[in-house]
Amino acid sequence: MTPSAYVLEYHLVNYRRTWRASVFSSLVLPLLTMLGFGLGVGGLVTGDVQGVSYLQWMVPGLIASTALQTAVAESTWPVMSCFTWVKIYFAQAAAPLRIADILGGHLAFMLFRVLATTTAFLLVAFLFGALRSPWAVLVPLIALLIGAAVAAPVAAYTASVSSDSYLAILIRFAVLPMSLFSGVFFPIESLPEVLRWVAWVLPLWHGVDLSRAATLGLDPGPGAVWQVLYLLLWCVAGWFLATWRYRRRLVI
Amino acid sequence: MNSLIHARGLIKRFGDFTAVDGIDVDVRAGEAFGFLGPNGAGKSSTMRMIGCVSPPSGGVLQILGMDPRRDGPRIRARLGVCPQLDNLDPELTVLENLTTYARFFGISRKTARDRAAELLDFVQLGERAGSKVEPLSGGMKRRLTIARALVNEPDVVLLDEPTTGLDPQARHLVWERLFRLKQQGVTLVLTTHYMDEAEQLCDRLVVMDGGRIVAEGSPRELIEAHSTREVVELRFPTQDQGAYAEKLAGIGERVEVLPDRVLLYVADGDDALAEVHRRSLSPASSLARRSSLEDVFLRLTGRTLVD
Amino acid sequence: MLTLTIPRRLMAVQAMGRRSAAVAERNVAALKTAYALVMVGGLLEPVLYLFSIGVGVGALVGDIPLPGGRVVGYAEFVAPAMLASSAMSGALSETTFNFFGKMKFMRLYEGMLATPVRPIEIALGELSWAMARGSLYSGAFLAIMVAMDLTTPARALVAFPASMLVGFAFGALGMTISTLMRGWQDFDMIGAGMFVLFLFSGTFVPATAYPDVLRWLVEITPLYRAVDLIRGLSLGTAGLVQLLDVLYLLAMLIVGLMVAGRRMERLLCK
Repeated sequence: MTPSAYVLEYHLVNYRRTWRASVFSSLVLPLLTMLGFGLGVGGLVTGDVQGVSYLQWMVPGLIASTALQTAVAESTWPVMSCFTWVKIYFAQAAAPLRIADILGGHLAFMLFRVLATTTAFLLVAFLFGALRSPWAVLVPLIALLIGAAVAAPVAAYTASVSSDSYLAILIRFAVLPMSLFSGVFFPIESLPEVLRWVAWVLPLWHGVDLSRAATLGLDPGPGAVWQVLYLLLWCVAGWFLATWRYRRRLVI
Repeated sequence: MNSLIHARGLIKRFGDFTAVDGIDVDVRAGEAFGFLGPNGAGKSSTMRMIGCVSPPSGGVLQILGMDPRRDGPRIRARLGVCPQLDNLDPELTVLENLTTYARFFGISRKTARDRAAELLDFVQLGERAGSKVEPLSGGMKRRLTIARALVNEPDVVLLDEPTTGLDPQARHLVWERLFRLKQQGVTLVLTTHYMDEAEQLCDRLVVMDGGRIVAEGSPRELIEAHSTREVVELRFPTQDQGAYAEKLAGIGERVEVLPDRVLLYVADGDDALAEVHRRSLSPASSLARRSSLEDVFLRLTGRTLVD
Repeated sequence: MLTLTIPRRLMAVQAMGRRSAAVAERNVAALKTAYALVMVGGLLEPVLYLFSIGVGVGALVGDIPLPGGRVVGYAEFVAPAMLASSAMSGALSETTFNFFGKMKFMRLYEGMLATPVRPIEIALGELSWAMARGSLYSGAFLAIMVAMDLTTPARALVAFPASMLVGFAFGALGMTISTLMRGWQDFDMIGAGMFVLFLFSGTFVPATAYPDVLRWLVEITPLYRAVDLIRGLSLGTAGLVQLLDVLYLLAMLIVGLMVAGRRMERLLCK
């Protein structure tokens, strides 16, 4: 897999120019959300949520949601740019790189972004006293799992659509509803039965649930194993979908 | 005198940089007028001033008898503009590009549709009416841009490098359509750095360099004034073509030494070649040809690369 | 003969309106399935937030006491803020992202300016298009609010033009911002700025809950004024403060349009 390290290096070198701007949107905004919601709305919440303060309850969800947002942000417009505007994928395909190297290297970069952002968020949350258990150190791993489960299929989608309008459609019709109704802001138990099923099928809720168990130090029970396996299923299926779609675009 | 475009001492400055430095131009109704010059000569700036999208920094400019500073919209209503880079609407189809553009001139929807269909036939894009712009070839896009410039039945059409980047077939098709327009009495103003294009299309032209006009006339007049009737190109089998310059001295009006060949500017090429052989010089290859506008152009604007 | 009796000035205004309309018409022609879906998505956004935050989180939150002493449900409190935010984000995305794309990327305006259309007419045309789109959103959202019993039909009717005003004001602001942009990377900042306004403009929490300094800061931001106006109207508590909101938004609209028109002239008619 070393050739994919070269691809990763390309994306890291590029990132050196733009990382400042990305810190703002990928870290500062979630932090502000934590303040605005966790403290602001939390101040209005009467009593506890599932036995803890609203801030402590929503922060793990917000970290999981940040992993999702970062993965989506990196696997939509940047991927489209590599195909259509900058066309770097085609240049890479002209070098002795295989599809798996090109895709693998880029996915590795996306996961690097997810890991960096969520780890930073976790540290700030720690300073705010929003973490209740040392198991919280597992959160970056859970974030990576969410990131891969989302980035791979979204990259496959991006490789398949003809215009960036479809990326906006994905964000508005899939990513936003998923972020709002996956137990980040309120427990999914208060959702109608049908919507609860939708939340179970989509990847984010499992990530939210796992990271919440970690930061609150709850016993996740054997269900956690199934949740991890389910997210892995998304990763593997996404990988195969993406290699297939990338091959269709790059090998003509 | 009835000139559609009248400029005296026209100046365009961008900060400290003077792009157009006091030019005098008169374009008469029905003629095809060309601006020639290397990159950065001020052609496009001049065209943008004539198109009333760039206010002159100084001098007099009158278009269709009006002042572009005051009557911009009224003048533009009677101009057709084909810019250097195609700025077609990628979100619209070929046909919609024409109909929506017509609406900017206040043309009724019905008329716009009829005229768009006619123009698509004129530029041979009738079959692509429903297609998006993106998949069109460079030549097709250019023809569509030209059709768009004609949608308001303009009195004057401004074409900024109309065939740059096109393949030979596409260029000839564009030339042929422009020639037809000229026959219909439309006044054409174009910029180009292709000499064959200027010779093909222009009745009269000016050569610009460094923001000034360095020569003016018909292609024929310019060749007569700034070059000889014929040019002989000689290549000698040596690294140093200059070594031969002395031995060639006196043949024709002028000898020019280039890194790869020597040019002789002469009245009669065959006589000159005979003279070369009489001096027992034996070039590896030789070519006698008619003098072209390119010789004039290079003479006037120099051979140094301009970027 | 009739044309002779119409004053020249009026004819100029007519021509201006006609050309602005032609600019808006281009957007109608460009309306294809994908883009139309994006637009429906724009309508969906405030509704999703209303259900997630207003209803979902609202179940955890008690009732909200208003400054006047009245107590309202959380969804009732949040809904008008969602309307104002969506009027803002609809207007801003159309006049920044799309506008900049057309100006720099597609170079559409260069083509338009070669016709009798003037920069200010492009600005007006694009703005009225953004408004046509925005009022569709606002109307639909107000209907949902009435259906959920979060406001009364009569108040919704008054809130509708107010949401149009909000859209116009932010649209004019957006165009001004667009003419100041250097490249796409600056748009991340616009998105971020919108999100910050969305979080802290008294949208989810009454501004009175903030510390004093923060509260003053919040109260001079445009989205706060917009939320205040629409909330006042939809809850039926509007008073003199809302008049101030209207004046604030009107000033934003007029100044924004003037600056945008002038800046475009400078950018495109060099």
